[in-house]
Amino acid sequence: MINIEQISKKYKSAESYSVKDLDLFIAEKEIFGLLGPNGAGKTTLISMLCSLIKPTSGAFTINGLNYKNHKNQLKQLIGIVPQEYALYPTLTAFENLKYFGSMYGLKGKSLDDKIKDKLDQLGLLKFSDKKIETFSGGMKRRVNLIASLLHEPRVLFLDEPTVGVDVQSKNVIIDFLQNLNQAGATIIYTSHHLNEAELFCTKVAIIDQGKLIAEGKPKALVESQEGAHNLEDVFLGLTGKGLRDSA
Amino acid sequence: MHKLWASTYKELLLLSRDIGGVAILFVMPLVLIITVTLIQDSTFKTVSDTNIPIILVNNDKGDVSKTIEEGLETANAFKIISDKTEAQAKELVYKGTYQLAIVIPENLSVDLERKVNQNVSSIIAKFMMEETSEEDLVEIPKKEVRLYFDPATQQSFKSSVKNGIDKMVSQIETESIYKAFQKQITDDPSEAIFETENYITFKEVLAKKGDQVLLPNSVQHNVPAWTLFAIFFIIVPLSINIVKEKSQGTFVRLRTNPVSYTTVLAGKTLVYLVVCIIQFILMLLVGIFVFPEIGLPTLDVSGRLPLLLLVTIFTGLAAIGLGLLLGTIATTQEQSAPFGATLVVILAALGGVWVPVFIMPEIMQILSNISPMNWGLNAYLDIFLRHTSLVEILPELGLLFLFFIATTLIAIIYNEKKHAV
Repeated sequence: MINIEQISKKYKSAESYSVKDLDLFIAEKEIFGLLGPNGAGKTTLISMLCSLIKPTSGAFTINGLNYKNHKNQLKQLIGIVPQEYALYPTLTAFENLKYFGSMYGLKGKSLDDKIKDKLDQLGLLKFSDKKIETFSGGMKRRVNLIASLLHEPRVLFLDEPTVGVDVQSKNVIIDFLQNLNQAGATIIYTSHHLNEAELFCTKVAIIDQGKLIAEGKPKALVESQEGAHNLEDVFLGLTGKGLRDSA
Repeated sequence: MHKLWASTYKELLLLSRDIGGVAILFVMPLVLIITVTLIQDSTFKTVSDTNIPIILVNNDKGDVSKTIEEGLETANAFKIISDKTEAQAKELVYKGTYQLAIVIPENLSVDLERKVNQNVSSIIAKFMMEETSEEDLVEIPKKEVRLYFDPATQQSFKSSVKNGIDKMVSQIETESIYKAFQKQITDDPSEAIFETENYITFKEVLAKKGDQVLLPNSVQHNVPAWTLFAIFFIIVPLSINIVKEKSQGTFVRLRTNPVSYTTVLAGKTLVYLVVCIIQFILMLLVGIFVFPEIGLPTLDVSGRLPLLLLVTIFTGLAAIGLGLLLGTIATTQEQSAPFGATLVVILAALGGVWVPVFIMPEIMQILSNISPMNWGLNAYLDIFLRHTSLVEILPELGLLFLFFIATTLIAIIYNEKKHAV
C-alpha cells in the first residue's frame, strides 16, 4: 500500500536531518502507529506522505502512485487529520464540513446526509449549527476528523488525533477509527500515548532522530525486548530516559 | 465551478460573521471621505467661512496702513487684533497663540508720499530741463512691512498672505504715483488725467468639451481620490484573511484537498470585489445625499454611473491582486497589516491623492506612473471632471487589469514554488 524508500528530509534552517534514509512498508488495512519522542521526525514523515513538504531525497508511493505524476488521484485517495484544529472558528461545524467536503467535489443532499451521519456517529449532530469557536477541544478534534474523511479516503493520516482530549472523546475517536479500519481504510497515526497505540495499532514503528529503530506488531515488540512488560518499556529501552527538548 | 462557488460562499460567511470588520470596511471610508472633504472644502471656496485671528501693529496711522487694514478686513478671512505692540505681537506669534502678526512701520504713508513725489518731481524736472530741488535730493530710507509667522504655519498659508500683502502694497504705490503726477500736471484734483483701473485683468475659464460646462468643486475632486484610497485599504483585511488561514491550519488542509490555489483566491476575489463595489456605492450615496445636508456641494454623477462602476471594478481588482500577493507572501499578521497600510499610503502619495502629480519632483512624477492609484485616479477624474468616454479611459482600465493579473499570478507562482512537492 505505502512503500517508502530511503526517504530523507533536512530543513533549510536545521543542522541535522529530521528524517534520514528511512525505509518502511505499510500494508493495506493496517492501523499503523508512528511512535517516537518529541522531534523524532513523525510529523515530518507524515507531512511528506501527504505532499505538504518535499523530501530532500528518497521516494515513496501510495497504492503505486506518486505525487509527481498522480497528484489529484492521490489527494482523493488520502485524508489527513492535522495536529492543529484546521477549521474556521466563526463557521458552524456543518458549514466547515460542507466547505471541506465541497473541495473534494462532493455536493448536494448526498454531502449533507454524509455530514449528518458522521456528526451523529461522533456525537456531534446536535451541535452541527454551533460555531466551532464555542466547541471544546474534544469536539473540535472530532470535527477535525470528520473534515478529513467525508470523501471516504482509503488511507487516513492522523497526527496526534487524541492529544488534549478527555477520555470520553478519546474513546469515541478510537472506536470510530477502528470501525473505519474494519470498513477497509488504512490508518497511519502518530501518538505519544503508548498504551493507546499498543491497544489500537496492528503494527507500530518507533522512530528516533529521524531513523527507524524498531518495527513490528506491538505484542511481538514487547516480547522481543528483554524485561519489557508493555510498549512503553520497549520505547524507553530503545530511546532512553533522557529529555528530548529541542528548539 | 462548484468549488469556486463553495469558496466564495465560505468567504462570504466568514466576512458576515465578523461584524466589527464589516463595519470598519464600510463605515471608516465614509468617515474618511466626509472628514477630508469637509476640511478641504474651504480651499476650493473663494471666500472662507473661517476667520483666522491675526495681529496688526499699526505704527503708521496713515492712508497706507488704512488701506492695508481695509484690504485685510474685506478679505473676510481674518479677525484683526490691533491692540498689541510689536514686542507683544512677536511673543504671541512665537508662542503659537496667533499664526501671523503684521507690523506696519512708522511714517510709512508720509514717507511713501515723499518718495513718490521726489521721483515724480525728478522726472518732470528732467522733462522741463529744470534744476532738481534740494528737497528732491534728500535720501528717504526704505520701509519694511514685517510679517511674523508662527514656526508651525504651513508654507502655503505664508505664501498666500505674503502675496496678498505684496499685491496691496504694489497697488498703493501705483496709486500714489498716479496721484503725484496728477498733482504736478493739474491743479484740479477732480480732473481725470489717468485711468487708474488695472489694464490687465484675469478671467478663470474652465476647459470644457463641447457644450458641457464643468464646475469642479471639492466634492468632485475629493470623492474619487478618497474612494480610491478606501478601496485600496482592502488589502489590509484581505491579506490578514489569508495569513489567518495559514495560522489556523485551514490552509494546510486545503493544500491536501484537490483544489487549486487559484480557486481559493478566486473565491476571495469575488467577495472582496463586491465589498469594493458596495464601498463605492455608499460613498456615492454620501456624496449625493449627505454632503448637501452638511453644507458641502452635491456630488454630480449624472450620466457617469456605468463608467464609474467600471473603473471601480478594475480598481477593486487591482487592490485585491495586491492584497492576495501580500497575504501569500506574509507569514504573520504583524507583517501584513502594517506593511499593507503603509503601502497604501505610499501608493496614494505616489498616485496623486495627497498632492497633485504635476507639482511633484520629476523623479516622483516618473514613479507616480507605476502607482495603480494614479491610473485609477486619472480614470475617475477623467469621468468626473472631463466627461470622457469609455475609449478614453481604456488605457487606465487596461493597466489596472494587468496589475491584477500580474500580482495574482505572482501570488500563485510564489505559492506553488514554496509548496512544490
